[in-house]
Amino acid sequence: MVDVPLGPAGAVPPADVEDMSLYHPHSWVTKYVFSQDAKVIAVQYSITALSVGLIALVLSWLMRLQLGFPGVFSFIDANAYYQFITMHGMMMVVYVLTALFLGGFGNYLIPLMIGARDMVFPYANMLSFWFYLLAVLVLVASFFAPGGPTGAGWTLYPPQAITSGTPGGQDWGIILMLVSLMIFIIGFTMGGLNYVVTVLQARTRGMTLMRMPLTVWGIFTASFMALLAFPALFVGCVMMLFDRTLGTSFFVPAIVEMGQPLERSGGSPLLFQHLFWFFGHPEVYIVALPAFGIVSDIISTHARRNIFGYRMMVWALLAIGALSFVVWAHHMYVSGMNPYFGFFFATTTLIIAIPTAIKVYNWILTLWRGNIHLTVPMLFALAFIVTFVNGGLTGLFLGNVVVDVPLSDTMFVVAHFHMVMGVAPILVIFGAIYHWYPKVTGRMLNDALGKLHFWVTFLGAYLIFFPMHYLGLMGMPRRYYDSSDIAFVPSSAHTLNAFITIVALTVGAVQLVFVFNLLWSLRHGRKADGNPWRATTLEWQTPETPPPHGNWGKEQPVVYRWAYDYSVPGAARDFIPQNEPPVARPSLETVS
Amino acid sequence: MTSIILFLAGLAAFGGWWLAKQRISAKPWLEEGLAGEMPGTGALAIPAAKVGLGVFLAVVGALFALFISAYSMRMGMSDWRSVPMPRLLWPNTGMLVMSSVALQWAVVATRRGDEDVVRISLLAGGFFAVAFLAGQLWVWRQLEESGYLLAGNPANAFFYLMTGLHGLHMLGGLVALGRTTDHAWRGEAPAGIRLGVELCASYWHFLLLVWLVLLNLLTGWADNVIDVCRGLLT
Repeated sequence: MVDVPLGPAGAVPPADVEDMSLYHPHSWVTKYVFSQDAKVIAVQYSITALSVGLIALVLSWLMRLQLGFPGVFSFIDANAYYQFITMHGMMMVVYVLTALFLGGFGNYLIPLMIGARDMVFPYANMLSFWFYLLAVLVLVASFFAPGGPTGAGWTLYPPQAITSGTPGGQDWGIILMLVSLMIFIIGFTMGGLNYVVTVLQARTRGMTLMRMPLTVWGIFTASFMALLAFPALFVGCVMMLFDRTLGTSFFVPAIVEMGQPLERSGGSPLLFQHLFWFFGHPEVYIVALPAFGIVSDIISTHARRNIFGYRMMVWALLAIGALSFVVWAHHMYVSGMNPYFGFFFATTTLIIAIPTAIKVYNWILTLWRGNIHLTVPMLFALAFIVTFVNGGLTGLFLGNVVVDVPLSDTMFVVAHFHMVMGVAPILVIFGAIYHWYPKVTGRMLNDALGKLHFWVTFLGAYLIFFPMHYLGLMGMPRRYYDSSDIAFVPSSAHTLNAFITIVALTVGAVQLVFVFNLLWSLRHGRKADGNPWRATTLEWQTPETPPPHGNWGKEQPVVYRWAYDYSVPGAARDFIPQNEPPVARPSLETVS
Repeated sequence: MTSIILFLAGLAAFGGWWLAKQRISAKPWLEEGLAGEMPGTGALAIPAAKVGLGVFLAVVGALFALFISAYSMRMGMSDWRSVPMPRLLWPNTGMLVMSSVALQWAVVATRRGDEDVVRISLLAGGFFAVAFLAGQLWVWRQLEESGYLLAGNPANAFFYLMTGLHGLHMLGGLVALGRTTDHAWRGEAPAGIRLGVELCASYWHFLLLVWLVLLNLLTGWADNVIDVCRGLLT
């Protein structure tokens, strides 16, 4: 832990943290494997999460193959199909998106952007990654366990998740899933404490809260939310694990299984739904808020324009964070709840649209009359805005009880949440990787490959998910292994499904181009200088690129301004770094 | 889910109050200038470890608030049969109170720089905490012997789960306390272990508070409160 001694002036940390108080690696193992340096941990998190993402991508191919060409692939039976959708969902939501945004970008960007040398609890930070890796290994191990992974659906609703009809329900699948989630949550808590306390305690001199880049605000708010929301999933997991292994009946009511009444009785399946969605809904914003922050910074940098309405952006982040805890039951409209509850939750759900819309307007106003550079990160950021608006609009449909009830459990829901929390955040992740790769590696990613990756991914995502809305409106159910026998589904729907599958395979394939680009550019990419995008934030002002251990060399930077001084009238360059001292500039009148 | 919502509302109120003091209505685009000229700059005047513990306690609080939410939701169903409360819970609670008092004593002694008192009070705190845990295990045995098994009914399951989870948190605290006590007995100066002692004491007080809430809930004293809350909601 870096102890920042406090001077007589009170809360202002000194300019230079003595090198003795920084943790120093002494061998290759402590430098690259069991490292306590947030930057190394960030790369470890990112590589692990991207690998899990590739596994989840392959799972989505397999399930699309079944949906597009039912009966053609004999190795995909109903059980395998349910296992694919379950693992795809859980991996993408928790082990990819959450881990990448908070563990990956959080670790890399928080210390650099606030001018700190490292996280405040480096040891806990290291443990956080190893817990995460263990959670991933336990999860992946369930593919090789007897009975295979769980096929309960990513929501793991009991009692079906732990009964014998569901794949993995009476085998190892569900146990490994629950244990893995619990390990993940414990690991995340250690990381999350770091992200929050580092932002609170380790900001460099002059970095007031309102001078922080929106990326840090987004990750900070999301970390807080995750710290408070993940316990709900933890509680649900512990109780279900007890139900599965110790014979308790928290969630198992009196049911008849295969004609035989189970020994259990008295459990409440609804209780699990409440716990799950009390985590599950904030989770949407845990993923979205870092994306919001990162997009704000990318747009501002690549449009050479200060972010419009910075204060409002910060307040909107906080408001979304708070509101997201009181909307969970909109995932449960069809659970037979009291209609007044439905009304309440529909209202809070629609209220969230207000701060969200403020953010969208502010992004657009930032672009207005900006000097837009259509670089690859910018393309991804712009695509995010469009996609998020699209997915958000269908959210307004589903947030209303009367519209949600007929659409519930159809492909419309699948299309909605993939647009808003699948495609949209992933676009930001790609954009952010193209944006910060030069800082992490010292080399640029290949531009042509990047543009190919962008266009195929962006257009492909729309070709996949737009038709899915129509399938949903038609009544095509989700979670069905084979819908070719359903009378009301016309044959055109099957053609559409085959089309979606082909596009999905194409979009999947182009991700391999991205992976190739990541690896190839490591050696052969164009060399990047310290600040290739001419950005203002501190991470671009490090004395060396990639930043060495301790980030700042001898002295920590001192911050004199906010993070968005782009195209300031009268300034020599079109950007002024945060650590550039103010100079007496000619006033506007004398310039004109 | 009333308890967790109330808990989070409390946290949100605190967060809002704190943010209000951080000048979040500042207009940073107008405030170019030297560091230190701006109020609300830099870190809090509290060690990072204390802030870290505070945030961690918020997480633990959320965890227990969620269990309490689940418990009260399940209690509302018609087939609820409570567990009889073994009398041993009272002496156990006494142990936990003593443990907290001992650690508070240690905090006072570190501030005064009284090495011997620090050592003894840390040991006493640890001893009472272990006694509490042993007592809790004994309670489990008593319940088991009188036929209240874990899987018997939901009330039993909740009882074992919540006391168990509380005990696990005590165990984790004991590891930290053990390290601090070890430092104290190896002759480290009170000033050097002051932070550790203070952190342990805060954690202990918090777990005592959680235990008192749980005890209220499990013994049924809080039933009336829950009924009132339910009445408000339905």
